[in-house]
Amino acid sequence: MATSVQRASQQLTMADLKGKVDPDWCPGCGDFGVLAAVQKALVELRIPTYNVVTISGIGCSSNFPGYMNTYGMHTLHGRALAVATGLKLANHELTVLVTGGDGDGFGIGGNHFVHSMRRNVDLLYIVMDNQIYGLTTGQTSPTSRVGMKTKSMPFGNIEAPVNPISLALAAGATFVARGFSGEQKHLTELIKQGIEHPGFSFLDVFSPCVTYNHDNTYQWFRPRVKKLEEDSAHDPTNWMAAMEKSLLWGEEIPIGKFFERTDVSTLHAAEPVLNNGPLVHGDLKVPPDVARSFVEELM
Amino acid sequence: MKQTFAIGIGGAAGQGVATPGDIFAKIFSRRGLHLNAYNAYQSIIRGGHTLLTIRTGTEKVTNMGDRLDLLIPLNQDTMDRHLQLLTGGAACIYNADTIKPGPAADGVQLCPLPVSELADITRNKVAQNTLAIGAGLHMMGIGFQALEEVLREQFKKKGEAVVAENVGVARAGYDYAAAHFSGFPNPLPKTENRYAILSGNVAMAMGGAAAGVKFYCAYPMSPSTGVLHWMAAHARKAGIMVRQVEDEIGVINMTIGAAHAGVRAMCATSGGGFALMSEGLGMSAMIETPVVVINCQRAGPSTGVPTKTEQGDLWQMLGAAFGDYPRVIAAPLDIGDCFKLIPEIFNLADRFQCPGLVLCDLLLSEGRLSVHPNDLDFNQNIDRGELITANGNGNGAPSALATNGDYKRYKITDSGISPRAVPGVPGHIHTVATDEHMEDGVLISDEFTNPIKRRAMMEKRMRKVAGIEAAVPPPSLSGPRGADITLIGWGSTKGVIEEACEILNEDGISANRLQIRWLVPLHGEAILEILKDSRHTIIVENNYSGQFARYLRSETSFVPDGHIRKYDGEPFMPHHIVEAVKEQLTGRTKLSVPMHEIMV
Repeated sequence: MATSVQRASQQLTMADLKGKVDPDWCPGCGDFGVLAAVQKALVELRIPTYNVVTISGIGCSSNFPGYMNTYGMHTLHGRALAVATGLKLANHELTVLVTGGDGDGFGIGGNHFVHSMRRNVDLLYIVMDNQIYGLTTGQTSPTSRVGMKTKSMPFGNIEAPVNPISLALAAGATFVARGFSGEQKHLTELIKQGIEHPGFSFLDVFSPCVTYNHDNTYQWFRPRVKKLEEDSAHDPTNWMAAMEKSLLWGEEIPIGKFFERTDVSTLHAAEPVLNNGPLVHGDLKVPPDVARSFVEELM
Repeated sequence: MKQTFAIGIGGAAGQGVATPGDIFAKIFSRRGLHLNAYNAYQSIIRGGHTLLTIRTGTEKVTNMGDRLDLLIPLNQDTMDRHLQLLTGGAACIYNADTIKPGPAADGVQLCPLPVSELADITRNKVAQNTLAIGAGLHMMGIGFQALEEVLREQFKKKGEAVVAENVGVARAGYDYAAAHFSGFPNPLPKTENRYAILSGNVAMAMGGAAAGVKFYCAYPMSPSTGVLHWMAAHARKAGIMVRQVEDEIGVINMTIGAAHAGVRAMCATSGGGFALMSEGLGMSAMIETPVVVINCQRAGPSTGVPTKTEQGDLWQMLGAAFGDYPRVIAAPLDIGDCFKLIPEIFNLADRFQCPGLVLCDLLLSEGRLSVHPNDLDFNQNIDRGELITANGNGNGAPSALATNGDYKRYKITDSGISPRAVPGVPGHIHTVATDEHMEDGVLISDEFTNPIKRRAMMEKRMRKVAGIEAAVPPPSLSGPRGADITLIGWGSTKGVIEEACEILNEDGISANRLQIRWLVPLHGEAILEILKDSRHTIIVENNYSGQFARYLRSETSFVPDGHIRKYDGEPFMPHHIVEAVKEQLTGRTKLSVPMHEIMV
């Protein structure tokens, strides 16, 4: 996201981004790495903290806004993107970060996920994807692999998981990337790009759940993840190639920027009502001559 | 009894019932006459049966009334359904080529039009409609020029040939009536007044614009869609962001997001969509971000009867979202009030940082009424309460004047209201949460669980209830004190109850009425004070179980002497109430459910 990213007048530090309380995630949780990468990205981009809004749904990873020193909204399960869309349209000068988990985004929030992408709402959506429901103590999620045994599917998952990258590409996201919590520098770079991208940036992050997911661990991911940036043949402007890459899973799992295009108007830029600046700064009153014309139409 | 004149135009959907209706409405309003229009229709795009009733008069016309003076059936089905309901003095204009009249009451004038002789029906598919308008106009004693003007406007875009063709056909009908039919005994009068004609949906949308709404979104759902249509058509002129959303869950959450950024945000739906919004309303209350949500009720449960009216969502509204929270719920009393209520409820929602809910219904949403243009005043008082914005627009305080430093979004105050800073304001960074939280917004739902703090925050929010009560006026009694009968209603039944009271008074039964506009806060004590002098109380409502009666009883222990209820999808007509009152005065029953005689 980022049509008009504002810069802070002075250098920010990691301490400037630290929220009022420390995370209550389990020790070793992948979300710590995502939080640090987001804070680092904002420091490096020098965005004034009061101009950033971090919006989440419900779940372990959705506690995220409380750990940031930005404006924050900890909303309802699955609804963060809808709330963020309204907020962005009312004040498009704000930098909007949406954070949450795979259950929040691809399960209960699946409808808003798809529609926010086709609308190209200008925000960065980070999904801390741990392939399990953590806060409800370990049930199958929309990204759990077939066969995974959980408390809700003790004999193994029989449903095929959603592929977030393919889905985002198909739904029209204009920036599609995948990161890994265990790859800090790479992740920070993707977050910075996602914030600066004009339009909907989707960033799926492998963020292992050390308590409930014993299949998809740091040790499982580390040998498998391969950075697309290191593949000289990868062209992130090629949608078909990105779709093919998105289907890779197994011994080799690509991370990095799959796809980006900047030729699609963001939702707020496409709406002439916003030509005179953010709605929140505008006059509340309808001009008297316009009001009169509204009544005269009815006579 | 006041003099009115009512026309019924009926046909299949797609046969062009709306156009003659619009033409008559324009002619009446330009004569300075009041009017009320109600369209009984079905959930079908082509076919079925619809009956549009337009009632006009020099005084305010508050409902569809009891009788038709002129019936224009556009097909046989309409003739078969409605001719038998006409009474002496009424007339029926119809296409003699295709429609056969059945038996009619004494004194009903049958007016067959030889349509194929009067117009070239191969060229003009709706010639019968235009001929009937012309004929009807002559019988009402209105000069042809009024019709010619309206037809010119109506067909201007299609070019002079089409205008001339339609004016010619209308003229043929007008002249044919002059030669063959007798006019109505009282020609329609003319006054110097000028009125705007609008639906409740248009009124609520305009009321929103007048209130300073800058964000409106919706998912299409009858009968609320008209609000979306007005908003979408006028968005650019009024500077309103209007979005169509994937579902009503998205709608309420987007509305809250926009409101949280600091604009006034509104949405409208019907019962089914409102059910989906329930969880979102709880969020609005918990994070204390004000929104206004309109529910245009239709007949439920479930998909129900999408094109029919009911007052069946009161308890859904009262029970929407779990937990206790402050809110305001109001039911507009007529179409003019649909406009007036929106700025009022926004001021309350903003001041008390809570959801404002509007309980409208199909009768008002899709009905049309003549409203004096002065009653559509866009120069409304806007009170945004304790709002802190970056530039202090509206009347929120600019950030420089507001507390800085250790800002607490949910500061505990005597009023329960905490100054609200919006994102983008320096020095006021905070996170709002749907979890219970402390004054600074930090959650107390997990690590910091604390019963003392939870209680303090609950009490802080709920203290707003007292402020809301003080800000909303109690209802008042209309009509003579000490009357034989007191009719109690809420929302859209105001007009029909008013007319029923007039008829009862003429019939020697003195009647007064208490109409409830504010459902929350209800002002139960004031209501008891009013009703303690009443001799015979009857609650009138458009639902099966007496939802308001149950609510009033739960809040006040008040039990009325009787009930009049209707849940067939159609609104009350005055005689339904009058006859039920008379029946109940004999002591035969305490519950009347009037039969809707018109098959629509």
